[in-house]
Amino acid sequence: MLTRHHLLYCLLALWLPCSGAQAALTIEITEGVPGALPIAVVPFGVEGQGAPPEDIGAIIAADLKRSGRFAPLPERDLLARPHEGREVNFRDWRVLGIEGLVVGRIRAMGAGQYTVQFQLFNVFQGTQLIGYSIPTSTADMRRTAHQISDIIYEKLTGERGAFNTRIAYIAVSGKPPAQTHSLQVSDADGHNPQSILNSKQPLLSPAWSPDGTRLAYVTFENKRAQIYIQEIASGKRELIASYPGLNGAPAWSPDGTRLALTLSKDGNPEIYVMSLAARTLQRLTSNLAIDTEPVWSPDGSALVFTSDRGGRPQLYRMSANGGEAARITFEGDYNARGVFSPDGKQLAMVHGTGGQYRIALLDLKTGAVRVLSDRTLDESPSFAPNGAIIIYATNEGTRGTLTAVSVDGRVRNRLLLQEGDVREAVWSPFGPRITLQTDTKPQSSNP
Amino acid sequence: MQFFIKLLLLSVSAVALAGCQSTATKPSAAAVEDRSSAADGGATTASAMDGDGAFRGDALDNPSSPLSRRVIYFELDSSEVKQEDRATVSAHARYLAGNPNAAVAVEGHADERGSREYNLALGERRGNAVRQLLLAEGAAAKQLQVVSYGEEKPVTLGHDEGSWQQNRRVEIVYTSRR
Repeated sequence: MLTRHHLLYCLLALWLPCSGAQAALTIEITEGVPGALPIAVVPFGVEGQGAPPEDIGAIIAADLKRSGRFAPLPERDLLARPHEGREVNFRDWRVLGIEGLVVGRIRAMGAGQYTVQFQLFNVFQGTQLIGYSIPTSTADMRRTAHQISDIIYEKLTGERGAFNTRIAYIAVSGKPPAQTHSLQVSDADGHNPQSILNSKQPLLSPAWSPDGTRLAYVTFENKRAQIYIQEIASGKRELIASYPGLNGAPAWSPDGTRLALTLSKDGNPEIYVMSLAARTLQRLTSNLAIDTEPVWSPDGSALVFTSDRGGRPQLYRMSANGGEAARITFEGDYNARGVFSPDGKQLAMVHGTGGQYRIALLDLKTGAVRVLSDRTLDESPSFAPNGAIIIYATNEGTRGTLTAVSVDGRVRNRLLLQEGDVREAVWSPFGPRITLQTDTKPQSSNP
Repeated sequence: MQFFIKLLLLSVSAVALAGCQSTATKPSAAAVEDRSSAADGGATTASAMDGDGAFRGDALDNPSSPLSRRVIYFELDSSEVKQEDRATVSAHARYLAGNPNAAVAVEGHADERGSREYNLALGERRGNAVRQLLLAEGAAAKQLQVVSYGEEKPVTLGHDEGSWQQNRRVEIVYTSRR
């Protein structure tokens, strides 16, 4: 039931005739990857009345390229433009060293409805790997393209794709003391940005609910830090924490029933867990130091948080029921804002050493730390739901920008707002999987 | 006639609005009312110089009083009020003690380095350090409200030590003068 609603919201999110235009995020790939799979995505053919609103082939090629796992052939280098299997001559593609080939066709059905058919081929074997046709609409066409990218990515890498997901982030414009802040949600490729909250006072720490329908965040709109939860589709929001002192660092439990948060109502910042149904609080830390930035392990059994109980900020781990906390970071003089990889085996964090703040990965089994970013003021790491990419905030001259880096550190994409700063990006959970029914039958072709 | 035109315009805009409302399930931007108010500068206070140069009026407006200093700066990751700032804090404590209806917001801030939520906590710790000194020197708890903005309200946007020094601060903001 929930997933059906989520799907509906995603559909509606693409159709926004009355919303104000938002500053678009643009993505540029700043580092290429050796060893990426050569693939060709042929521009999709068009049938029927009315040009389709989106270039599906270009969106798929851009998605695959951005992942760093694929090297799509530039369109100008295409020797042929087949739209279905029987038009494919595999020798054309073998000559170019292409290993995967994507062809397809968009059929306009009228009234803004379309059917998108696509096929993926193994060029060396001359065989079809998958083929589907998917009904879609004008409003939904980008999403359909991202879903096709997900299907191709999963078929060729064995891992689930995260192209049909979203990011939430904070955009800031203007100079102090007259800055404006907005909480925005866009597609994972930066398209279709929508402001879901605008404020003259600071906003920070957006956090997705596990079902992807709501965001918790911290706002200063009432002149101090308070936590709200807002439903993305309706804009409806609710004040969740407004205790004396700080109300910060909201983090949803994996089952969505509880919120870990930081409150200083008892004197100094401590970690609490709030039951969202009953609104009851359980205090988990009791310490004169700063305890903040709780995050849940993916199985919900443990919390990792930042504390300076040892003198400098470091990460600690404790049971989600409280009790003793054990320090887990020992390299570097500053480690904060930990976030679990989806498989729970690693933490991404802000890693400070010698006055340089970078994003690093901590292997929770071995304790090994691997630095992933290369600037000096990097912060706010967030994993894509498939664990393949980490998005984080950094600076480009005086501008705040976002960078997405593959967990192996080899691919880097930069996301820049047209104006102002962008920061604190958090990647949404997976949306519902697309139901695929119509398989395009493997077709004979020229071997 | 004019009334009729107005009515017509009204109904046109009502239709336009209704058009928007029909997409109410879109992610709509929640509007946030800005409740910030500069209480510190809200009331106009008359002040003047005597012929002999002595300041008359509210001591808070005397530019040569230590009360004119309302910002206290901190070292990196520190919440210790430096010796050189103690006199400033003492002056505010004495003013608050002598004006029991005066009140201040003690606003703690951090520079941009490190994580935002840790800096929010650090700003609060700085605010509390100033609050403790104010209490020790005669201010009453009900006159003091600590608020941390962390790194979210920088004075200056530079990414260098000079800018960071200016941003690591506590501001004493009078919300009520006497």
